[in-house]
Amino acid sequence: MKLVNPLTAIFHPPPTPGVLGVFGHLDAALEAIRQLRKGGHTDFTVYSPVPRHELEDALDQPVSPVRMFTLIGGIAGCAIGAWLTLYMSYDWPIVLGGKPIGSIPPYVVIMFEMTVLFGALSTILGIAFNALFAARRLGTVAYDARFTNDKFGIFVPSESARQSQVESLLRGAGAEEVRRA
Amino acid sequence: MADTPPARVTYDFVTRAIARTLGNPGKGYFALLAAAVALLGVGITCLLFLLRYGLGLAGYSHPVYWAVYITCFVFWVGIAHSGTLISAILFLFRSGWRTAVYRTAEAMTVFAVMTAGLFPLIHIGRQWYFYWLIPYPNERGLWPNFKSPLIWDEFAIGTYFTVSTVFLIMGLIPDIAAVRDLATGWRKKLYAITAVGWRGTNEQWRHYTRGYLYLAALATPLVLSVHSVVSWDFAMALVPGWHATLFAPYFVAGAIYSGVAMVITLLVPIRKLFHLEEIITIHHFENLAKLCLLTGLIVSMSYCTENFTAWFGGNPHERAAFWYRAFGPFWWASWTMNICNGLLPWLLWSKKVRTSVVALFVVSIFVNVGMWFERFVIIVVSLAGEPFERFANATYNPTWADWGIMAGSFGWFFMWFLLFVKNFPAVSISEVKEVLPAPRRGKAVAA
Repeated sequence: MKLVNPLTAIFHPPPTPGVLGVFGHLDAALEAIRQLRKGGHTDFTVYSPVPRHELEDALDQPVSPVRMFTLIGGIAGCAIGAWLTLYMSYDWPIVLGGKPIGSIPPYVVIMFEMTVLFGALSTILGIAFNALFAARRLGTVAYDARFTNDKFGIFVPSESARQSQVESLLRGAGAEEVRRA
Repeated sequence: MADTPPARVTYDFVTRAIARTLGNPGKGYFALLAAAVALLGVGITCLLFLLRYGLGLAGYSHPVYWAVYITCFVFWVGIAHSGTLISAILFLFRSGWRTAVYRTAEAMTVFAVMTAGLFPLIHIGRQWYFYWLIPYPNERGLWPNFKSPLIWDEFAIGTYFTVSTVFLIMGLIPDIAAVRDLATGWRKKLYAITAVGWRGTNEQWRHYTRGYLYLAALATPLVLSVHSVVSWDFAMALVPGWHATLFAPYFVAGAIYSGVAMVITLLVPIRKLFHLEEIITIHHFENLAKLCLLTGLIVSMSYCTENFTAWFGGNPHERAAFWYRAFGPFWWASWTMNICNGLLPWLLWSKKVRTSVVALFVVSIFVNVGMWFERFVIIVVSLAGEPFERFANATYNPTWADWGIMAGSFGWFFMWFLLFVKNFPAVSISEVKEVLPAPRRGKAVAA
């Protein structure tokens, strides 16, 4: 019986067949994205060394769900801060400085700090989970080391029958290099 | 942007120029690192003596029981503040010039908080009981006192350290990936692991840029709150010279002031050592100098307000405390503070000074010294002149153990910082590219 490492399934999904185009110019990559979307391609991957608003606009993706993670984390942090201070004060009530046992104004400081702490940590989790889920959905897609330096790239998943059509589309848009994966 | 980068500064140029900082840094770097480790050695030796013989080795004398260690604590927390200001607040303001300097500032933040965190532990004396600071019930079922500013401080500093570390690592990921794709051998493996699979895909950028925005939005109020909380450690007490509502904004401005000065102090040698003149330009230094001038003026104004309130408020104890500051036995500390923080930054009104790297370096050192003395004056001098202590013996003098541990803290800070700049991109690769014009067809390099 062959045992499969569950981490391999998450981090190294099976390779996806498709075509990879390397672009030296931003406007050429934008042109290719526009044509691909017109041609009905949806799940292609765009690589870029920097985040560019032009790419965002061309891809027109929905706003990242990371914001929900931040919101929920922040609210949870605030609640934990309130619980921590109030529960601990009432668990062994001692009057300090003539103030009420559970006095909210000084506890706001703790609540605020916990809001920020939990909000920030859940934002990180949100980015990690969302990026990981996207990577799993797309499978192992072709990559080129120049994409973190100065080239833009587009990987279009496609069956071998349609690959030559995609190839000519990418070349027509101005790809410097096109290869099958 | 005020200055357009020269045409040869392309994406590829940026990647290679910054990746070069990870190569052999030369003798100057190792000399600095050796000096930092030696200073740390001095500090550790003094700390071991302190552990063996107790807090009697520190120069405490009634009523001065908060002295050099707490001064260093506030100093280092203050240094930590400009990092988040530059990385988060200027990010939200969309200041393009922050991209070349923010990584250094952020790394400085993390290491400064690491340094600051040591001082409360040194200060408590019985370091092996440090875990009493953590909120859990003791053997009598007592919980920590959440009405105490010291507990607020622990939460604030803990959160600040966590969030600033997370922020630094987040910013590093795309850059480590860029370095990974250039590196060879064992370094490639190291960067491949630390880049956590970053490839710059549209999905990654989509979540990353959003997440970064929210982290910046969370870090901005955090940075303002942390030094406010530190100031409340003092302002919540009744000691004349401490008990002032002005303290929170005054401390925040002072913290950013000293932090920006420290960024300049660190950037000048790094730029020289790693030949980053084309990436960190004089324009960046000038902007840092303007930030320094602005916060310096706020600090000067706070000094004036503080003295005015002491006089105009008519409280004899408050008046006596400020008279004691200026003309008492610690007059030298107060006047060092006033001259370094209040007068010297006026030099920055001159464009000549703002655009001279050497002049800025000198001014920034004086600001650092001045800001250390500001904390010394606030903490030690206010306690020494306390009017409620009829039997006070105010002849406090820091001892060799105090100075040694303080020197060690500088060694500790610089050691981490130097190790960081050698092993990770000290300037953000992807964000510097972000402010460059993107390569477009028909225009050979840049538009």
